[in-house]
Amino acid sequence: MLSRLKFILPLMAAGALLAAPTAFAVPAAPAAATAPQLETIIKPKASTADHSKFKELNRNFRTGPQVTEACLICHTEAAKQVQHTKHWTWESTDPKTGQVRGKKNIINNYCTSPVSNEKDCMACHAGYGWKDDNFDFKVEKNVDCLICHDQTGTYRKLPGDAGHPVYKRVEFPKGSGKFVEPADLKKVAQSIGMPSRSNCGSCHFFGAGGNGAKHGDLDASLQHPGKYLDVHMDEKGLNFTCTTCHATSSHEVSGSRYNVAAAVKGPAHIRGKQDESPAACQSCHSDKPHHEAMLNQHTEKLACQTCHIPEYARNEVGTEASWDWSQATIMGPDGKPMVSKDSAGRRKFDSKKGTWVWDSYVIPEYRWYNGVSTYKVIGDKIDPSKTVQINEVGGSPNDPDSRIWPTKVHRGKQPYDKVNNYLTVQHTAGEDHTALWHNFDWQKAIGAGMKAAKLPYSGEYGFVDTEMTWPITHMVAPKHDALSCEQCHSKQGRLQGIAGVYLPSRDSNRWLDMAGWTLVLLSLIGVLIHGGLRIYTGKNKGQHK
Amino acid sequence: MNTVNRRIYLYSRYERFWHWSQALLVILMMITGFEVHGSYKLLGFGNAVNLHTVSAWLLLTLWAFTIFWQFTTDEWRQYIPSLKKVDAMVRYYAFGIFRNAPNPFHKTAAKKHNPLQRLAYLALLSMVSPVIWGSGLFYLFYSSWKGLGVDAWLSLEAVAFVHTAGAFMMLVFFIAHVYLTTTGHTPTAHIKTMVTGWEEVD
Repeated sequence: MLSRLKFILPLMAAGALLAAPTAFAVPAAPAAATAPQLETIIKPKASTADHSKFKELNRNFRTGPQVTEACLICHTEAAKQVQHTKHWTWESTDPKTGQVRGKKNIINNYCTSPVSNEKDCMACHAGYGWKDDNFDFKVEKNVDCLICHDQTGTYRKLPGDAGHPVYKRVEFPKGSGKFVEPADLKKVAQSIGMPSRSNCGSCHFFGAGGNGAKHGDLDASLQHPGKYLDVHMDEKGLNFTCTTCHATSSHEVSGSRYNVAAAVKGPAHIRGKQDESPAACQSCHSDKPHHEAMLNQHTEKLACQTCHIPEYARNEVGTEASWDWSQATIMGPDGKPMVSKDSAGRRKFDSKKGTWVWDSYVIPEYRWYNGVSTYKVIGDKIDPSKTVQINEVGGSPNDPDSRIWPTKVHRGKQPYDKVNNYLTVQHTAGEDHTALWHNFDWQKAIGAGMKAAKLPYSGEYGFVDTEMTWPITHMVAPKHDALSCEQCHSKQGRLQGIAGVYLPSRDSNRWLDMAGWTLVLLSLIGVLIHGGLRIYTGKNKGQHK
Repeated sequence: MNTVNRRIYLYSRYERFWHWSQALLVILMMITGFEVHGSYKLLGFGNAVNLHTVSAWLLLTLWAFTIFWQFTTDEWRQYIPSLKKVDAMVRYYAFGIFRNAPNPFHKTAAKKHNPLQRLAYLALLSMVSPVIWGSGLFYLFYSSWKGLGVDAWLSLEAVAFVHTAGAFMMLVFFIAHVYLTTTGHTPTAHIKTMVTGWEEVD
């Protein structure tokens, strides 16, 4: 009995020794979440002013600019402030490289360029009347307050009106049998509030002319998102609006893909502090947001988004993976313009615009990124023998300001000048005879576009493959949906193509592995032979007994 | 069993506890370690890392107690190497064992390990252990490198290389060690001794 006890006791002790630490090895339930929790409900939109009581707004406005004039009676600095922002200028200067970018100056691989197409494109300009390059950027009444501040949801701006809202009932899209009613501008003006998700989304969800088409991490499903789609915007949960993160001061909205804070360091920011990058995750979560030091260590190499946005376009809305303009002007079998959709009802082909490929639940493409992108601006030379990078993404493994970021890479095929070797500006939208979507003549469309862009056009065009890279930052998943370790720490993992980091499980020294396993194998063979010989010779003492 | 003449008490309770918990931890660390290394998928990378880390701390704790035990009981002397009779042991394992020759070494409480065993354990202690623990602790505290300035002169790749090399040495030791347990007067005699503490002596 005693000897038995002697044997069981050590085993029990060994078990206890093994079991005890699991109590503290398993991360304890979060004692204090790093993101601040609301103790009492403070409605962020509660205002001290009821705009329906202002006599300045109690009149029948006929046009947008009339409303703006009324706004400016009280908000004396508002228009001047807006006129300093990208929402007005469509221009942005890189503080690091000095390059002047912005929608006005770059050629992307979606709709390409607004130049010569202002009447349509400026439906998303926070202003009225930008229809050509004679637009006066100093006129204050041309600032559109309502597109961002309307809370009725009735204020709509359609392509073709150079940024003016619908004033008269109009069929849209043409021939669809659907009509858009003009908004009651008095009601709209009296409804004024802080921008909601719908305000920002009226342009940003529909970039490139379709729901979700451009960004992949922004689409109309974010008007009423669930937790799965976005843990912060979850309508039944935190219910963030865009401006909760994109904190805004003097109408300057923080956070922009033109100037990405790619590697924010340090603790979470305190309220009231002047903040360089309030839109960054770290401004609330700090750069050490996890309970485990080993996980926090990852923030020195990875953007938060890399693990916490495991896929973008996480819904059936999807996003465009590619746009091939070279298929535009191809007509249907009857010789007339044709349109077709994919099985999810998303645009697939349009004689005006070419072909698209859509994707949903997209796995991002990862790359080192330091927040600086160098864009192809109008007139920049290209090498048509290679895929043209619309934006060259900066960053490298050794740069302390670079992180591994998830990106959407949008592949395009678009026209360029074969002699001058630059991407072309084309006149697509409009009713005149040079507009591509009216006359289906590339030669005329490029000619008119280049003339408006004040660039020589050789008369010879071709189509070149292009790529545009978008850092992914929205649609942050709940933590349980974040990437698991082995999605990167494995041979065929997400970060397979990322150089400059030693990733345990992905990386190993081939020679050491070969030598090590050879040695192990030799040892096994050795003991097997030795043991086999012992059995064979039959002289093993054990077998005699 | 009944023919056994004599039994001697070789391994005390603590020694057996140390041996078997260490065996368990080393096996666990090899299984999880080679998974972290990427040799196969079993528990999942995250689980493997956590188990590996917990086992490392447990083993360190165990060693702290064991070192204390070695010195308070004077058992550390069991590891003093000696070249006497090493050649006899080598000859025994190479030839004698196949001819039913007697084992040239006779265990006593004062000398538990044969001369070859002493050399092997000393090599394990003085070479393999420092390689594994040295690199392992650097690996474990990777998140503190930056604060300590270690990242300026050391790369994770180098640490992982050394640690893996140590792991292969450990695995080879493990194979040989387990095989040699079968070379007692019965194939399981040594294991029984290690479990009960009692060695049967002819």
